[in-house]
Amino acid sequence: MITLEFVYTLMGLMMVGIAIVNLRDRSSPKHYNNAAFWGMYGITFLAGSHLPNVVNGLLVIAMVLVMTVGKLGGAPAEQATRSDREASAARWGNRLFIPALTIPAVTLLGTFTFTHLSLRGAPLIDPKQVTLIALGFATMVALLVGMVMLRPPITAPIVEARRLMDAVSWAAVLPQMLAALGAMFALAGVGPIIASILQRWIPLDTPFIVVVTYAIGMALFTSIMGNAFAAFPVMTAAIGLPLIVHRFGGDVVVMASVGMLSGYCGTLVTPMAANFNIVPVALLELPDQNAVIKAQIPTAIILLLVNIIVMYVFVYR
Amino acid sequence: MLPLIGILIVVAGFALRLNPLLVVAAAAVATGLATGHGLITVIAAFGKAFVDTRSVAVVWMALPVIGLLERAGLKERARTVVAGIKVATTGRLLIAYLALRQLTSALGLTSLGGHPQMVRPLIAPMAEAAAETRVGELSEDARNSIRAHAAAADNIGLFFGEDIFIAIGSILLIRGFLDQNGIHVEPSRLAFWAIPTAVAAFIVHGARLLLLDRSLQRSRAHPPVDDA
Repeated sequence: MITLEFVYTLMGLMMVGIAIVNLRDRSSPKHYNNAAFWGMYGITFLAGSHLPNVVNGLLVIAMVLVMTVGKLGGAPAEQATRSDREASAARWGNRLFIPALTIPAVTLLGTFTFTHLSLRGAPLIDPKQVTLIALGFATMVALLVGMVMLRPPITAPIVEARRLMDAVSWAAVLPQMLAALGAMFALAGVGPIIASILQRWIPLDTPFIVVVTYAIGMALFTSIMGNAFAAFPVMTAAIGLPLIVHRFGGDVVVMASVGMLSGYCGTLVTPMAANFNIVPVALLELPDQNAVIKAQIPTAIILLLVNIIVMYVFVYR
Repeated sequence: MLPLIGILIVVAGFALRLNPLLVVAAAAVATGLATGHGLITVIAAFGKAFVDTRSVAVVWMALPVIGLLERAGLKERARTVVAGIKVATTGRLLIAYLALRQLTSALGLTSLGGHPQMVRPLIAPMAEAAAETRVGELSEDARNSIRAHAAAADNIGLFFGEDIFIAIGSILLIRGFLDQNGIHVEPSRLAFWAIPTAVAAFIVHGARLLLLDRSLQRSRAHPPVDDA
């Protein structure tokens, strides 16, 4: 059966490839550091499932040390000049979109067909991970289409991947690091502590105050954790179920559904939600680390108010 | 209170503008140690959580083909296409993408969008080109603001679309949590109550994107004073 492990192997090979391109680039003063950083990240993909957890942890800490003590080099300049690219764009025209749109098209196709594929009665593709495997598969198909169509030098994809990966740099690893922090918070029982502080300090004695506290608490706690999924069980066990549902007789479905969406308003405004708010800053080469968050803050605040109103109006009906 | 040291480190680290990766790693180790476990146990738990969440990194697999296409002029082509559409403005284009992202996410197709595979190579260059066609050469600030809004449209479309799909992670999490508490709910009812906020998100953010168009227009009305 093809599982996510197959996709991780491809990811690992790509990261090792990026490390090798960096290693051979003597024009970059930091090429050893970048090679070590992406090389170790590659190992967590290739061997992470088999290595002892403590070795994985040490690899991650070593990556952070390389970045902090040695510093990482930035992205190299594009090899194709602007006039090269414009000439190529004019030559290929809209056909250039074909490989790019192959990614969503094949992902879509894979999502719907992979569950039906089987080999001698057993599913061919891990049914729990169909979408992610489809996405990984789609990028490979798109690369193949692009290579056949454009006929670039064989090293072009990995050289270009290195250019983009070094532009994103450490931000590429931040989402996983935050997930690790979330696991530590869970281990340390941070959630229940926050919940008990809220219960002690806020007078939760009217149906309206309880709804407001739950919604704002979801948004706030999500912005601390970077993830509404981590905030939901804590806030719902502390305020949602005991107060909104049991004490004031609110509807559990409205409370839970709108509560989760209140958490998403917190996701929009926190650097802790790195893959949504920090990674695009790096990808789009924006100078202000908080540029995406700033673009989202007004929408987040208005939608949190909307959520409070929707919940208050419908939860007690 | 000791376990809250991680939150303190994160808040202080972000406020001091230290490198986020370093801040988060330090907070994770400090929180782990505050629980009273030994260093080895903490590093192992930390490594396990890192490896268990490798799936968030699968989007990076799009980089080789995206880089290849950029080398062949994909961004330049995306600009040319949008420059040829007379009614295209930055705001309208991002509204169209917001709607598409919400609708596909509501059908469970959350992997169709995303920053590496859609926003960087296609949506951001198109949004910039639409503004250039109308306003002329963009200031650095205007260009950065447009790019940030392209990323924001992707996020908002995803967040306020996906919960309408009954088999998405958040709905399953809500259901699992309520099941543990002895309350059984229909996923379709949970998904239904995501609709009012989804509609509000489209209206609110769509209106803001139209305002973005107006502020870009104003930047043309008052061109920066040239020193020369």
